[in-house]
Amino acid sequence: MDVFLQTLVSGVLTGGLYALIGLGMTLIMGVMNIINLAHGQLMMVAMYITFVLFHYLGLDPYFALPVSCTFLFFLGVFIQRYLLNPLMQVESILPENQVLMTVGIGMVLTEICRFIFTSNYKSVPNPYSSPTFFIGGISFSKAMCTAFVLAVMFTVALFWFLLKTDLGRSIRAVAQDGEAARLMGIDAERIKVITMGIGSMLVAAAGTMLMPIFYLFPDIGGPFTRKAFVITILGGLGSTVGAIFGGVTLGLAEAFGATYIGKDYEDMIGLIMFLLVLLFLPGGFKRLTKV
Amino acid sequence: MKENAGPLIVLGILLLFPWVITDQYYQHLMILVLMWVAIGSGWNLIAGYTGQVSFGDAAFFGTGAYAAGLLAFKLGISAWWGLALGGLMAVVIAFPFGWICFRLRGAYFALATLALNEVMRHIATIWESLTGGMVGILLMQTFVSKIPYYYVALVIAVIAVVTVQLVMQSRWGYYFVSIREDQDTAESIGIDTHYYKMISLCLAAYLTGLAGSLYMNYMSFIDPHIVFSLHDISIMAILVGIVGGVGTVYGPAVGAFVMVTVSELFRTGGFGLVDSVTKAIPYPAVMLAAKYIKEAHVFTFGVLVILVILFLPNGIVGDWPKLRRGLLFWRRQKA
Repeated sequence: MDVFLQTLVSGVLTGGLYALIGLGMTLIMGVMNIINLAHGQLMMVAMYITFVLFHYLGLDPYFALPVSCTFLFFLGVFIQRYLLNPLMQVESILPENQVLMTVGIGMVLTEICRFIFTSNYKSVPNPYSSPTFFIGGISFSKAMCTAFVLAVMFTVALFWFLLKTDLGRSIRAVAQDGEAARLMGIDAERIKVITMGIGSMLVAAAGTMLMPIFYLFPDIGGPFTRKAFVITILGGLGSTVGAIFGGVTLGLAEAFGATYIGKDYEDMIGLIMFLLVLLFLPGGFKRLTKV
Repeated sequence: MKENAGPLIVLGILLLFPWVITDQYYQHLMILVLMWVAIGSGWNLIAGYTGQVSFGDAAFFGTGAYAAGLLAFKLGISAWWGLALGGLMAVVIAFPFGWICFRLRGAYFALATLALNEVMRHIATIWESLTGGMVGILLMQTFVSKIPYYYVALVIAVIAVVTVQLVMQSRWGYYFVSIREDQDTAESIGIDTHYYKMISLCLAAYLTGLAGSLYMNYMSFIDPHIVFSLHDISIMAILVGIVGGVGTVYGPAVGAFVMVTVSELFRTGGFGLVDSVTKAIPYPAVMLAAKYIKEAHVFTFGVLVILVILFLPNGIVGDWPKLRRGLLFWRRQKA
């Protein structure tokens, strides 16, 4: 029973961070109608920023959060403004050229980081990456708990932003119907640019908070991109509530898979879930909850 | 006959190639080019003509390679029989996958192919009793000379190009293009889109698997991270397709030649040019630049993806009129 509860706890804690990764992806998917296959690579860039700030300036990872978020916001804005938006005008018989473009961007980001930091493993050793506390025999990692609480705060802030502010309403309007939003006087191009920025910012937050727990190397982006799209497919495309469900589900599935089947299969489980959801529940959790 | 004159001349040159250029290194490069022609043609058939972009060509390539490798490794039958089996095994993987995943459209199908690529790599890594896991499979090469491999590769490349040519001239070709242009309309005028997408995928998988088993025979060593590699196989296949020209018969052939050259140019540092420069000017900055250039081939691939999509969306063959105009203009200006 203890093993079960322990797995449950670590699954939910990881799931909180996965939800943050998935939220950025699902926002981008909803508004731009593209799958951002550079999502994990953006996260990797944020992790390197955290690493640099820690290593050279001695800045605590949690204080690096605003810096990495701001930087990634502008990186996202740059990508959308100068690489993805111009693609709208390009006449091509190749379908999905925007998705291909994000793959190219991801490769470039990875290789730039490899040039600068080499392929060696990096980490941010600090006093709170290993200690744990116990509640009724279940151990909680302090770093994971902090990350989880921060992730929840980010999610709440995002929902407030989307539901209550003018800009948030415009984003939702473009996601629902781009043409109609344009007719209502919303500058859809600008909204897309901002959404890409916000999506990158969310994944930057997740990356920075994962930094005390994870090792860092340039190729870490790929697996996280795959996790991000599994989460969004699980949750339902473009559904923000679904992304939270998807994130926690993936976190739980990976934790239980690692405990009861084997660590080797951790990555496989996500992908198999992905194929199963496509088969039996196309549309993801969104179909069940109608949110 | 007249419109086939150019390709026939090229074929003639290719037939004579290994007797004129006897340097093994260039023969090796040409074998790789011919292998990529087959893979690129497969990708072009499913993505360029049928409009279902695949990010997972490595799944079929690796299946073909493992089919040939395991035949020799486990059963002791010559890996050359893998040429017959490899393509079929790739179809065996592609068939159920397509059956399930063709209910997805556009980018979501692309994601499913990406997932297939990852699943196949994990299976090959984890199932150690069958595949040898990370250790991979090592066979003895049949021939010392490159020439037999060259001609096998040439035959496979010709089969690939001719298959695409014939299919696209037939009724199927029109169905494929109609699915790419508008799937709903195609469905509404009575084309069984699911069925024709399956045909296109299976043909593509067959060609890719064939190339995979050639790779096993030629390289005689594979491991999961080589043959199921996302960057080196799947993305390279896409690049071969888009650089050469999406939806053109000879596009992949041009693309394969360009991409293998570019990739090799960086791997060897401009065919040794960078090394001689560093020897001539032994400054630390030059040495550093040389080191980066040699490591830059994946980086170049990424930059190429971005540039080609933005500025050459129909590839070298597809945008040839535009390119030629650009070149002519440039020449006139110079004169």
